[in-house]
Amino acid sequence: MFRNQYDTDVTTWSPAGRLFQVEYAMEAVKQGSAAIGLRSKTHVVLGCVNKANSELSSHQKKIFKVDDHIGVAIAGLTADGRVLSRYMRNECINYSFTYESPLPVGRLVVQLADKAQVCTQRSWKRPYGVGLLVAGLDESGAHLYYNCPSGNYFEYQAFAIGSRSQAAKTYLERRFESFRDASRDDLVKDALMAIRETLQGETLKSSVCTVAVVGVGEPFHILDQGTVQQMIDAFEIVAEQEGPAAEPDADAGQEASAEPEPEQGAAAGEGVAPMDI
Amino acid sequence: MPKEQANWSPYDNNGGSCVAVAGADYCVIAADTRMSTGYNILTRDYSKICKLADKCVMASSGFQADVKALQKHLAARHLIYQHQHNKQMSCPAMAQLLSNTLYYKRFFPYYSFNVLGGLDNEGKGCVFTYDAVGSYEKVGYSCQGSGSTLIMPFLDNQLKSPSPLLLPAQDAVTPLAEAEAIDLIKTVFASASERDIYTGDKLEIVVINADGIRREYMDLRKD
Repeated sequence: MFRNQYDTDVTTWSPAGRLFQVEYAMEAVKQGSAAIGLRSKTHVVLGCVNKANSELSSHQKKIFKVDDHIGVAIAGLTADGRVLSRYMRNECINYSFTYESPLPVGRLVVQLADKAQVCTQRSWKRPYGVGLLVAGLDESGAHLYYNCPSGNYFEYQAFAIGSRSQAAKTYLERRFESFRDASRDDLVKDALMAIRETLQGETLKSSVCTVAVVGVGEPFHILDQGTVQQMIDAFEIVAEQEGPAAEPDADAGQEASAEPEPEQGAAAGEGVAPMDI
Repeated sequence: MPKEQANWSPYDNNGGSCVAVAGADYCVIAADTRMSTGYNILTRDYSKICKLADKCVMASSGFQADVKALQKHLAARHLIYQHQHNKQMSCPAMAQLLSNTLYYKRFFPYYSFNVLGGLDNEGKGCVFTYDAVGSYEKVGYSCQGSGSTLIMPFLDNQLKSPSPLLLPAQDAVTPLAEAEAIDLIKTVFASASERDIYTGDKLEIVVINADGIRREYMDLRKD
């Protein structure tokens, strides 16, 4: 009941010190179809589930190339995601034009976060309803960041967002220690397995998912369906044994996600504010 | 009282010549590599040729600072195009973009004299020639730069098709084979280097065909 009184404006605080409009925006992210990201020392892989509204329509594009060294996967309001991708592309182009070198990922995510923050402090705006997994390579190595509608951003070894992402997160938590030194192909395999977790029993095939890779000597690109299907077929037999073992873990309660930053549990009632750290 | 004139100009001319010739299934773009200012040579090894897209290459003579800025601008616009359309720009599309970009600075022009060469969507060679403010035309061959007055008449002699009113209709592209066209260009630059002081040192030749893009070099007079 408190929620309803102070949630009309993004510029209205609740007595508990929360901005409900921002929290509602983060709910929108949770409603979107899943997107996952994981990184090793030299590569970052992004994956997402592609669900078309009906059999007649095509699915929405959720992974965007931002530059040769940066790509982004989104969950939530895809329209907002598209607009933010265009902003990111422009920033990369302008930086390259001025400095003749690629925009460091860390800089880009800060600019993105600042842009999101503006929408949490203007009465005539609304927060962006999209979460972004930004994957990129720069001089300091491979990076994976998560940008919130709240204007916060965190760096991750591996992360998942969107609906049923908890299943993927559980899988990633089990395996994340091996990611750092994993080979590129193993990383893609892990990404596909994580996607499979979010499908909750549905068959994993290349028509329902999209995978993209960026790495040392490998510009950001989306893997074509044929390659993805081949990789799925390759591990499907082995994975079938692992599959049943993963199911029970999917129902485990909220825990901190992969290092370094702890992830907040889904706000059920008046728990800790989601964007609080 | 006579009007006061500026004693500083924002422009400089770094000299050099550029040529492009279109064939049935190839396009050759060439430029010398000498960069000068006044009567001095700044470097003997500067490329005036820039790849704008997979099948589209531009050679520009004039003020190289403006040329560089123009190339960077077009490269950025091409990136945006690729993000939006998921494919490379075609040569005719790039030709129009270049024209618009030049005219955008109609009242403080890029001091850049360009020839654009590449393959159109059907794989046929095409050459576009420009003035500094964007007026352009699709032609079978062209040249720009300090040696253009020496080179153009010779190209006309060798490549010009009879009147476009003549029947049967003649193609603008030359019937020459790729090797013959390259040979012609080498001859043309060797001649231009004899009399034009701003052309010389080395000739850079870029050939675009169905197999891709390749580069060739030839030495020219260094005096």
